[in-house]
Amino acid sequence: MTVLNVPHSTPDPAVPVVRIAAVDKTFVSDHARVTTALQGIDLEIRRGEFVSLIGPSGCGKSTLLRLIGDLVAPTAGRVLVNDKSANRARRDRDYGIVFQAPVLFDWRSVEDNVKLPLELMGYDAARRTARAREMLELVELGDFLHHHPYQLSGGMQQRVAIARALAFEPSILLMDEPFGALDEMTRERMNQEVQRIWERTGITVVFVTHSIPEAVFLSSRVVVMSSRPGRITDVVEIDLPRPRDVATREQRRYFELVTAVREALRRGGADAVVADELGGEPGTFGGSIDRAAVEGGIG
Amino acid sequence: MTSAGPIDPPSRSTATEPAIEAAPAIEAVPGGGLHSRTRQVGTLVAFGIGVLLLWEAVKWLGGVPWRFKDVLGTGLAIDYSPPFRFPFATDLNLPHWFSVLGALAAPVQRNAQQSLGEYLVGAALYTWREAALGFAVGALLGLVLATLFVHSRLLERAFVPYVIASQTIPIVALAPMIVYAFGPNVTSVVVIATYLTFFPVTIAMIRGLRAPDPRALELMRSYAAGRWAIYRKVRLPASLPYLFTALKIAATASIVGAIIGEGPGGIPDGLGRAIINFNQQYISGPEKLWAAILVSSLLGVSFFVLIRAAELVVLRGRPGAAEG
Repeated sequence: MTVLNVPHSTPDPAVPVVRIAAVDKTFVSDHARVTTALQGIDLEIRRGEFVSLIGPSGCGKSTLLRLIGDLVAPTAGRVLVNDKSANRARRDRDYGIVFQAPVLFDWRSVEDNVKLPLELMGYDAARRTARAREMLELVELGDFLHHHPYQLSGGMQQRVAIARALAFEPSILLMDEPFGALDEMTRERMNQEVQRIWERTGITVVFVTHSIPEAVFLSSRVVVMSSRPGRITDVVEIDLPRPRDVATREQRRYFELVTAVREALRRGGADAVVADELGGEPGTFGGSIDRAAVEGGIG
Repeated sequence: MTSAGPIDPPSRSTATEPAIEAAPAIEAVPGGGLHSRTRQVGTLVAFGIGVLLLWEAVKWLGGVPWRFKDVLGTGLAIDYSPPFRFPFATDLNLPHWFSVLGALAAPVQRNAQQSLGEYLVGAALYTWREAALGFAVGALLGLVLATLFVHSRLLERAFVPYVIASQTIPIVALAPMIVYAFGPNVTSVVVIATYLTFFPVTIAMIRGLRAPDPRALELMRSYAAGRWAIYRKVRLPASLPYLFTALKIAATASIVGAIIGEGPGGIPDGLGRAIINFNQQYISGPEKLWAAILVSSLLGVSFFVLIRAAELVVLRGRPGAAEG
């Protein structure tokens, strides 16, 4: 299996890609109501790691992802990415981002959607085409270059979004519940796909999810969070051998780790997790935080 | 446009995805197809014929006596007295539509070479040039204003109320003032057409330029894209369906603006002057005014259809492009 060439801004593998120290984040709503989304967050993510953030709705896991990606700024504390500020890292285009919605542009073909970041980053036409096709091959959509996004299924749209996020060779891939809107079957297939892409590219991934099985299957480490205020309560190392496949999901060690994460969530006081697992719908509290985060990120 | 909320993905179906390699490609262009287009035109024509039949049925029941030696050159002679007398169905209030068509073919004035139809088509083209110029300037002005407002809350709060207030002034009151300011010439007429055009474009584009999903803007932010790149690559393309909706309104409004402006503007060559003249001659020849109105509305419809055609070309390949 060939490893795709991913340039690193800081070649020293000893330096963590992400260093978060003593970060707090509070949002002030329209009615001057203050919400503490995150409190006292410390986290280091090493190069090439696959780290999942899991927790109940409203625990601030999406906000933490946004802090890393400089889509929101911390109220207190420091976020360093590739040994520079998150803002600097964003301007250096160190991030590829995949949201829960694919956010593809209807007026562009699949290929042109993947080319969009490359156009902004000054790739010449030949390199744009080559790169877009290579990435679409990677997500197994090489036959759908000229389709429009609305002609594809939800899972395929999300794979286009992944291809787009990887196209400009960012050093970190940030994924915010990327498969939350997909059915269970598609989701498992997408997990397999993401694992394969991660192994081929060696990219560092930060992955927000509601799903314990998904987090355990994909991650090298699972960061367990709890809500009100959002904080990290536990970190579970996932020592399952790779590559992981359908059989992995039937191993005793897999079940042990799923149980370990579930219990860590429960210890964090996350009774809501059970509801999340059953319904998968974010509660109103989490929804309002997410919206506040979106607005804060753009304004 | 996708009407999905910011959280829902705009996907067709996520419930059952076939094997990764072999997902079906859904054919584009919903609601299109030759058959439905034919039926649409058929409905339109049938309705038109129905209106004309109803028109003549009213005349047949309660109009003034029909005395025709030769209807539209068909050699058909009619001599008939309707059983009732409806005041609204006299030849003055509601001329026979075939008389209106006949008037179009007749000379515009006694002993003139030119037919009324030729004269009106010439006047319509003249008016259209003024309207099109006003339309272009107005659309551009609307686009610029909306762009400013979308990028500055301060400008939006300060100026949008005045933009709205500007449209509450009756154009018949404003037109003479514009003519005083710019002189009795084509410029005044263009300004009036501009005035009626910029408003729908401004309002629609404020909406349209804000149409992108907030996550699309975050995505652009993560690419370290500047305002101009975001505008060109995301905001503007996302706003095009809104733009065309506004342009279709603006197209007909610009024609109305130009016709109204030609009166105080003293333009002798357009439909506005024709309408004023035929208004004054209404008692002696009501068909002429009806013919002028017919040509005016055909002009408006033609301009609308032109914009619609441009829309189909520009928005081809997008979902729902064939609708509306």
